[in-house]
Amino acid sequence: MTVLQQVITILAVIIGTMLTRFLPFLLFPEGKTPPRFIAWLGTVLPCAVIGFLVVYGLKDAVFSRFHGLPELLSILFTVFLHRWRRNTLLSVGGGTILYMYLVQTWFH
Amino acid sequence: MKTNALKAAFPHTLPICVGFLFLGMSYGFLMRSKGFSFVYPMLMSLFIFAGSMEFVTVNLLLSAFHPLYAFFLALMVNARHIFYGISMLEKYKNTGWKKAYLIYGMCDETFTINCAVKPPAGVDRGWFLFFVTLLNQIYWVSGATLGALLGYVIRFDTTGIEFVMTALFLVMFMNQWEENRRHGPALTGLACSLGALLLFGAKAFILPAMALMILCLSLTRDRNISLKEKEEGRKP
Repeated sequence: MTVLQQVITILAVIIGTMLTRFLPFLLFPEGKTPPRFIAWLGTVLPCAVIGFLVVYGLKDAVFSRFHGLPELLSILFTVFLHRWRRNTLLSVGGGTILYMYLVQTWFH
Repeated sequence: MKTNALKAAFPHTLPICVGFLFLGMSYGFLMRSKGFSFVYPMLMSLFIFAGSMEFVTVNLLLSAFHPLYAFFLALMVNARHIFYGISMLEKYKNTGWKKAYLIYGMCDETFTINCAVKPPAGVDRGWFLFFVTLLNQIYWVSGATLGALLGYVIRFDTTGIEFVMTALFLVMFMNQWEENRRHGPALTGLACSLGALLLFGAKAFILPAMALMILCLSLTRDRNISLKEKEEGRKP
């Protein structure tokens, strides 16, 4: 790819990303109330989407060589840490370090 | 007014700070290891500002030139932002010139804070939301730039560092689980996504997962609403 092609590719990604962020606000500007169904979706979707993001983070693991075993162990460890100390940094850091250790040694 | 809002916003962004510095650094490091100058991760993290899509873009830049595909991929990977926007229509109202930036900088983590946290009394809502968004973007861009610069001088095995994203989402999931009494939507999101992943595979499951989620939530809507009214009716 030339530099110009790289710039165009990055611009395409920027436009696609920004479209998803600005679209709801363009469709329903202030003063214009969105339909009740849309407003209701806005109250339940955030929780559902966080559930989706967890799966999104694991999307490649399921089909990998170890079928998500290192991921499962690291998730259990993260959940354990978080229930124990309720400290986001500790849970995220501990889970990530265990995962890096697992995939660099036992699950290499 | 601004200092107050900044002071109120900062503690909420601290966990994101560490998460973003680590993840941003791994992203910058990755781009550098693929031979890109540090200018790429710096500008991409600033202008795309959507973590997972930036990782995807590394692959796009290394494959054949196909901008339309890049556009649609960005649209699909970030489709969840449409729903973030819908949930923030009310909250971002009356924030003046800051609104455009709030929308532009609404990544997953910023959305989570701005959605869940109520600014303390006496703190301007608009500035609070603004500083949460700004601080998170500063962490991310700094991390990405720093990671790429480190890539020039040190080498270590970063295999598996991308799990930081999954762990972060998992902890976010646990936090919202404890904050909400009803777990229907969260479980629906998890189940529909998992179902779509197994049915359609890792490359094509995002849109089916979104569609399935909306369908399942809609089908249980009446039940959810009557439950909510019951809960509200119980209040003294």
